[in-house]
Amino acid sequence: MSRVAAFEIEYVQYMDESGQALADLPNWATEVESLEHAYKWMLLTRLFDAKAVALQRTGQMGTYASCLGQEAIGAAIGLAMHPNDVFVPSYRETGAQLIRGSRMRDILMFWGGDERGSNPPIANQDFPVAIPIASQCLHAVGVATAFKYRKQNRIALCAIGDGATSQGDFYEAINLAGVWKLPVVFLVSNNQWAISVPRAAQSASQTLAQKAIAAGIDGVQVDGNDYIAMRDTLDQAIEKARSGNGATIIEALTYRLSDHTTADDASRYRSAEEVEVYKQKDPLLRLERHMRVAMGWDEGKQQSLKEQCQQQIEEEIQAYLTAEAAPPTEMFDYLYESLPKVYLKQRQQLFDEWQQHLGAREETVDTDVKESDHV
Amino acid sequence: MAEMMYWQAVQRAHDEELERDANVIILGEDVGLVGGTYKATSGLLDKYGAERVIDTPISENSFTGLGIGAAFMGVRPIIEIMSVNFAWLAMDQIMNNAAKVHYMSGGQLRVPAVFRIPGGTAHQLGAQHSARMEKVFMGVAGLRVVTPSTPKQAYGLLKSAVRSDDPVVIHEHENMYQFKGEVPDEEYLHPLEGSEVVREGTDVTLFGYNLSVHWCLQAADILSEEQRIEAQVVDLYSLSPLDREGIHKAVANTHNAVIVEEAEPVCGVGAEVMAIINEEAFFELDSAPIRVSAANVPMPFARNLELAALPDAKKIVAAVMAQRAAR
Ligand SMILES: Cc1ncc(C[n+]2csc(CCOP(=O)(O)OP(=O)(O)O)c2C)c(N)n1
Ligand SMILES: [Mg+2]
Repeated sequence: MSRVAAFEIEYVQYMDESGQALADLPNWATEVESLEHAYKWMLLTRLFDAKAVALQRTGQMGTYASCLGQEAIGAAIGLAMHPNDVFVPSYRETGAQLIRGSRMRDILMFWGGDERGSNPPIANQDFPVAIPIASQCLHAVGVATAFKYRKQNRIALCAIGDGATSQGDFYEAINLAGVWKLPVVFLVSNNQWAISVPRAAQSASQTLAQKAIAAGIDGVQVDGNDYIAMRDTLDQAIEKARSGNGATIIEALTYRLSDHTTADDASRYRSAEEVEVYKQKDPLLRLERHMRVAMGWDEGKQQSLKEQCQQQIEEEIQAYLTAEAAPPTEMFDYLYESLPKVYLKQRQQLFDEWQQHLGAREETVDTDVKESDHV
Repeated sequence: MAEMMYWQAVQRAHDEELERDANVIILGEDVGLVGGTYKATSGLLDKYGAERVIDTPISENSFTGLGIGAAFMGVRPIIEIMSVNFAWLAMDQIMNNAAKVHYMSGGQLRVPAVFRIPGGTAHQLGAQHSARMEKVFMGVAGLRVVTPSTPKQAYGLLKSAVRSDDPVVIHEHENMYQFKGEVPDEEYLHPLEGSEVVREGTDVTLFGYNLSVHWCLQAADILSEEQRIEAQVVDLYSLSPLDREGIHKAVANTHNAVIVEEAEPVCGVGAEVMAIINEEAFFELDSAPIRVSAANVPMPFARNLELAALPDAKKIVAAVMAQRAAR
């Protein structure tokens, strides 16, 4: 007998939980501005995320999927991608979406149940959130195929969760990315849970990164709560894809500190002790500690940044809360390039009814019982 | 008779069938540890163990196909697809395998599987989470499709479906799990075929199924109070096969038909019922049948648009009045 294949999976980490460097840092990570800039986005994401949960809890927004504890991943994606690359997100990448140009009001609008939030005024071609888990993996390889076909120097970045790696779409997508050597990066945020299903019940594979091996692409595991490791790994995978050397799966180890969504209660299926362990690995704390020791970050800077973020968030929330509702006739407006005749009539009819009953809608019997249960 | 919620009725049926027959298992996402997105399997993991109440990886096509394979072997899986929107991912398995293998194997292989699928437009879940797919399933020969409008039906239809040797799709509604109703204390098996007159009336028949039965009942009350029009309401709990005889009988009784569906009109329940009326009861009619359907658009996300896109009691009343005016 002889061996025909063997593989190993690299694990990347630069900082320990206390923010101490474990190895020589990449050059960019020794520059104050780079880290402060990333930290600013991470803090903004966290404060915004908490406000979004509060808006839901007070009935001012619909179901929301918090990204608490996963902010380093969002910041790394947002800052590593070029503006004209295409981000194909999952619903938990708020941080990256903000950096990529969505305004907080757009994100609130989306979760507030207003389609206009999926159409932020941004210049890039990023995708809206895909609800059917992992379906976006195939879209991402489609985007990458278009880039390759047009000989464009652009890449697609597809974000998914650990649970999503069980879907056929994921396997099909990595397979295509391999055989066609596509400029795409799959970023798996392994936050240990898929609603109530733990990572171990999702796959017997030792790592999720190694699923790359069967597809003939690279796979790497990284500490997803270590911004420096995250960013460095992403930079390399993106550069590799951009230069025509193919796709990578990055498995970012992190933890969902929040419930699955605001409609979930995670205490039903996981222990407070487990959550406590992961709180110690908080990505913001870690970067903050590192900056304090390595680059003189202090309480004063921290406070002023926080206030600055809070003010920005307040303004955006006001913009969201005071946005005018779309006219009901809008339900027809994005259906076809131009509206077929049969619809013109319906649209007119709805418009007339709307004008007639303006205000009377409130009286309609609403058979809804409660906020529904999942994303 | 005890009053219980729709989800409790489904849970009870699960419990009793698991207890009764060791071949029965439950498969799906989040059905075990947390007892299902809508609590329909709550408590069952503890009672029957992880070998029979199985939390699967997120892969609808995988666990649906696996369930169908097990069913060939005589296992009776109850497969919960968390939301009908994600049943699309398992469509090849359901349509090409569950529905056809019995036929293609000359009756040798049976698929005694149940697909419990919550769907419908719940509260602002957006286009990819508000599908109403009953019309798709009822178009596939080889599947049975039932859709309970009450806790009693939810209980009795699930129990009958488990015992049926055919693949049965049970279309439940995400917004109805909290609905309350009487369920018999003793064991009760609801027929998988037929329809039920749930309100007597002589002037017009309102056909509904699942949630739209409730809109029809509301509309019938309004019509009675405000217009002295007595509407008969027929619950089409079996969408495949549809009860041609029952439809005929109802139209022969009132001579006017309005069909109410939560889904878009094209190729839907309303279209099919109208065709049946045309074929079975054309000369009974005093007026042209009318459909009250959802707007033919992906379900909008915003609440005001969502309500505008859906039927409701007022729209049914308006349809009845328009039908009479045109007569
Ligand atoms: C095809 C499909 N099946 C099921 C769901 C319901 N659902 C929404 S999120 C989720 C868990 C996803 O877990 P994971 O991929 O780990 O992402 P996370 O939520 O942890 O970020 C499930 C089962 C869905 N949205 N799409
Ligand atoms: Mg996860």
